[in-house]
Order: sequence, then structure tokens, then C-alpha cells
Amino acid sequence: MSLISFKLEKRIPPPWWFRILMPIMAVIISLAISSIFLLILGKNPFTAFYYLFYGGLGTKFAFLEMLVKATPLILTGIAVSIAFLAKYWNIGAEGQLYAGALLATWVGIQNFNLSPVFYVLLVIVAGFVGGGVWSFIPAYLKARFKVDDVVTTLLFNYIMIYFVSAILEGPWRHPVSLYPESVNIAENAQLIQLVPRSRVHIGFLIAVAVVFVTYFIVKKTKLGFEIRATGSNPKAANFLGINTLKTIIIASVLSGGVAGLAGVSEVAGVHYHLIHNLSPGYGYSGIVIAMLGGLNPFGVLFAALYFSVIITGAQMMSRSVGIPPYIADVIQGITLIVMLAMLLLFEYKISIRRGK
Amino acid sequence: MNNFFTTSFLVGFFASTIRMATPLVLATLGEAFSERSGILNLGIEGIMIFGALAGFVTTYFTHSLWFGVFAATFSGFLFGLLMAFLSVTLGLNQHVSGLGITIFASGLAYYVYRAVIGSPTIPATIKAFDTLKIPGLWKIPFLGPILFDQYALTYIAVILVIVSGYLFFKTSFGLSLRSVGENPEAADAVGVDVYKMRYIALMIGGALMGMSGAFFTLAQFNMFIFDIVAGRGWVAIALVIFANWIPSRVFWGALLFGGVDAIGLRLQGTAINIPFQYFLMMPYVLTIIVLICTARNASYPSALLKPYRRE
Repeated sequence: MSLISFKLEKRIPPPWWFRILMPIMAVIISLAISSIFLLILGKNPFTAFYYLFYGGLGTKFAFLEMLVKATPLILTGIAVSIAFLAKYWNIGAEGQLYAGALLATWVGIQNFNLSPVFYVLLVIVAGFVGGGVWSFIPAYLKARFKVDDVVTTLLFNYIMIYFVSAILEGPWRHPVSLYPESVNIAENAQLIQLVPRSRVHIGFLIAVAVVFVTYFIVKKTKLGFEIRATGSNPKAANFLGINTLKTIIIASVLSGGVAGLAGVSEVAGVHYHLIHNLSPGYGYSGIVIAMLGGLNPFGVLFAALYFSVIITGAQMMSRSVGIPPYIADVIQGITLIVMLAMLLLFEYKISIRRGK
Repeated sequence: MNNFFTTSFLVGFFASTIRMATPLVLATLGEAFSERSGILNLGIEGIMIFGALAGFVTTYFTHSLWFGVFAATFSGFLFGLLMAFLSVTLGLNQHVSGLGITIFASGLAYYVYRAVIGSPTIPATIKAFDTLKIPGLWKIPFLGPILFDQYALTYIAVILVIVSGYLFFKTSFGLSLRSVGENPEAADAVGVDVYKMRYIALMIGGALMGMSGAFFTLAQFNMFIFDIVAGRGWVAIALVIFANWIPSRVFWGALLFGGVDAIGLRLQGTAINIPFQYFLMMPYVLTIIVLICTARNASYPSALLKPYRRE
């Protein structure tokens, strides 16, 4: 077992550029590891990766589609990063996305006689509240009954997705459509297109605005300090007079709320109605994105754009080279693990020794 | 409604309770091994999905169900090894490395399925396990068809519960295992190889999770479908807390959840006018209610989540 052993020494924080270099290295290493699975199928990884990036960036259409997918990914990435900063393990962004979508749809199908600006704002608030409430419950259960956050947030995903599915086949079912879907939300509640004749909508700009707001809250406000202190050293935070349980609950609500906005983006910006397969796992991708982005809002923005390229491009790669599109998930899993291992390099100097 | 509680209904209900509990028993035992050694393995869901795939594909090509079970178990063993490398050797954050394994393993499962089976309009199927009637015993009125007309994997799961209980509490291996999960420094001081024990625990645990996955594709169903495991791995994470890391309680906990699953299946077929999604939701809701009731009294292994680094 101990033919090779690692010796770890804590080291002084490396220079700032290391923080930027680290995710870039993680991306390169994880693509190299992923190419093993392409080689096994007898495919040339360089050809495959060419189509992967061409399909996500190479044409105007691909680029715009990439921005469409990046919108929910930025939001779920930010959502997860807020919770993880407080060391609150919110793995429930997927369910919170659906909860946000549910409430946003409910507001959207009321056909209020409002100006588009107010109606859209109302839909956005509804989405935030929906996701926030759905995230509040597990955080409250953790604070009050010490119920493990990982398990509850995960199980809440399944409960919400089944609930949405039940609603869509029951009371909200579109009267004539063959598919379980709701009726369209009011036109004045829809997010307007950003680029004519494309699917890119104003939600992308909202997501970028959320990145800036999150940066401000996390780095410049007392709440942000409390969230970071609770995450890095809860005992010291308590000593400083921070109510860590309250901080965790606030962080979880903000996190769930932002995840709910991802639901708003999909309902009010892309589909205009609620469907049961609204998200192909954006909530889980949010975990990978938050980690690759180093839990930094701008890092999350770039990580989300990167994975949006991968997810969008995987379809073209699949069609052109005959590689199953699920390679995008494989790459995400590997990237998460590699990035986590890179963090070790950030904190420790590692020397490898042979023998005991 | 009148013939709802007839003998044949009850026999069917209890038999299917045990059937539905089987993968939960195996997966929760696997998680109990890991956590007893001090490592939370959130790779469980992905390892089960990959086990389901490995079992299916192997059986599809070799026409041998037992080869399938072996392949699933072995794949779980390998993922356990990976988890051990990340969480023991490198000492990485256990939450994130486990989730990484789940995302990786589930993605890889769908990738492999699409690569070797393709996407046919009619799903590929295998001939799944038949139940194994224990000669003589299965003819006992009422109990016979409930207890002794089950899948071979179910009997194996029951045996493994007993073996694990013995291993945990009656052997020196079990003592070492529990000691590295409670107090690795003290275990190290008396000569227990903490790293080795954790590696062994994670590999056994992973193997059990992989075997659990095989139950879905080789016994309960006869095909591999998207999201076939449907969060049962996460239920197992909750069950192990409910069971207080004790194998015999794992068994009773899994039966409770198997029962809820079975009620859902039965009621779906009746005239009761409730959307089936609410039945599918029940095991998850029950899991959370049970956790709320038991969380305060759970005695987590003290060293859980703490990487051990020898000075």
C-alpha cells in the first residue's frame, strides 16, 4: 500500500495568477483524461474535440445557442457557489430550479394586465421566491433538527420534479397538447429576445448582472463576510458573534433563489411554458461550475461559458464523429475531480517519496 | 376495495416489499462499510447506475446473469478504489469527490450504453433472473411464497447483512474498521494501518453498491433505462443514518422503504384517483420524515469527513 507515499506541507498562498492558471490546467488535464474514452471507441480525440468546440463556438448559430445554455448554467453555478462558500452543501439546485420555474409559471399564466417591465419583474421575483422557499426548508431542517443537508437537498430534487410532473399531467395540463405541458405564459411576461431570430434572451444579461451583484455581496458586504467566515471556520465565526445557523439559512435562501432564476430563464426565456424535462441536469452541472470557478462569481461566469460550449458542442460532435453526447457528462465529472485535486496543489507542497 | 386485503394481496405485497428492499439493503450496507471507516461516499448513486449498466451489458453479450452480477460488483469495487485514492491518499473533500464520482460514473454509464447498444426504438432486453424457490420451504402457507420465493440476490443480501453484522462487531477486522472511523490517531498508535483499512472498506463498500445496481437491470427489470436507480443511492445515505450504521437495522430500515415502494406500486393499479407521481414521491418524503425524527440521535462515526494525514 505504501510503496509510494505523499508528503504534504502547508505552504504560503501562491501568487494570484495561480488561481487563474489552476482551472485552466484542470480543463486541459481533464480533456486529456476524457480522450481515453474516445480512444477506446477508436475515435481520434483531436477530431472529436475540434467538433466539440466548433459545435459550441464555431458558427454564429452555435455561439448564440451556447449563450442560451450558458444562462441557466451561470445561475446554477452562482447558486451552488453561494451555498458552498458557507460550507452548506446545497446539492438541490436542480429541484430549486424547478421550484422557481413552477412559481414563475403560475404567475405567468395569470395573464395580468401589467406592462411587460412590471410583469417580467414579477415573474423574476416569483422564481426567486420559489427557489428560495424550496431551499429554505432543508436549511431550516438542518439548523433545527440537524438533518443532513446533502441528503435532504438531493431528495428534494426528486420530490419537486415528481410534483411538477404531477401538476403538468393534472390541473395545469395544456387542454389540447399531446405532451404534458402547461399553457404558454402571457406574452407580456416573457423575456424579450436579445438577438433577433435567435433563442438568446435578456435572461443572459440578467445572469451576468447576478454575477456582479453576487460579487458585491460576497466581497463587499457584512453578509458576505459572515457567509465566508461561517464556511471557512464556524467556530471562529461564532466567536466573532456571527450567528452561523442564521447565516447558513440566509445563504441557502439566496442560493435557492438564484437557482430559481435559472428556472425563470428556461420558462420565460426559452420555452414560454412549463415542461417536466425543463433542465437536463443544470442544477448538477452547477456544482462542477461552482468548483471550477473557485467559488468566485467571475470564475463561475467563465466556467459556465466553458461548460456551455461543451454541452452545446457535444451534440455536433455526436452527429459528426459518432460519439455519444454523454461524453459531456463524463467530462464534467472528470473536471470536478481534477479541479478538486488541483486545489490540493494550491494549499500544499507535495513531495512524493518511495517506500515507507 | 373489498378484495383489497385478501390473502393473495397480502402475500403479493409482502413479497414485493422484500424485493424492493433488496437493492437498498445492498447499497446501504456498502455505505455503512465506507462510513464506518470514516469516509462518506457520495459516489453511491453513480456507482449503482454504473453497476446497473455493467450488469446489463455483460449479460447482454455473455447471456450469463452471474457474469453480469460479477461485472457490476467488480465495477463498484473499482469505483470504490478511485474514491479511496481521492479521499484517503489525497485526502480531498469527501462531499465533492463523491459527487464527482457520481457525475462521472453516471455519465460514463449512459456513454457506454449508447456506444455499445446504440439507441434502438425498442429497448434492448435480456432474460432477467427468475425467482428461486427454496425447495420445501416455499410451500409453507402464507410465509413460504413471501420469504422463500425471492431472487437469489435477495437471499444473498440477507446473508450479507448477517455476515456484515458479524464482521463489524465480532471480529478484529471490525474493531479496526470502527476504530479508524472513530479515532484514526489512536488506531494508528496501536498499529492499525488507517489507510489500508479505509481502502479495504471503500472497496468492499463500492462492490456492494455495484451489486445493488445489478439488481435493477438483472432482476427487477430486464433492461437499462435512463435514471433507473432514481435516487435510491441517496435514500441509502439516509438509511445508514436511520440504521445508526448497524447492519441488522439496515435490513429493517430497507424493508420499511421497500414497503412504501410496494404500496405505491399496488395503489397505482387500483381505482384510487391520485396521480402516480405522488406514489413515486412517497419514499423520498418518508426518508426525510424519518431523518427529522432520528437525526438528533444519530451517532455519526466521529472521524467521518475528516481526512487522515500521518505526520
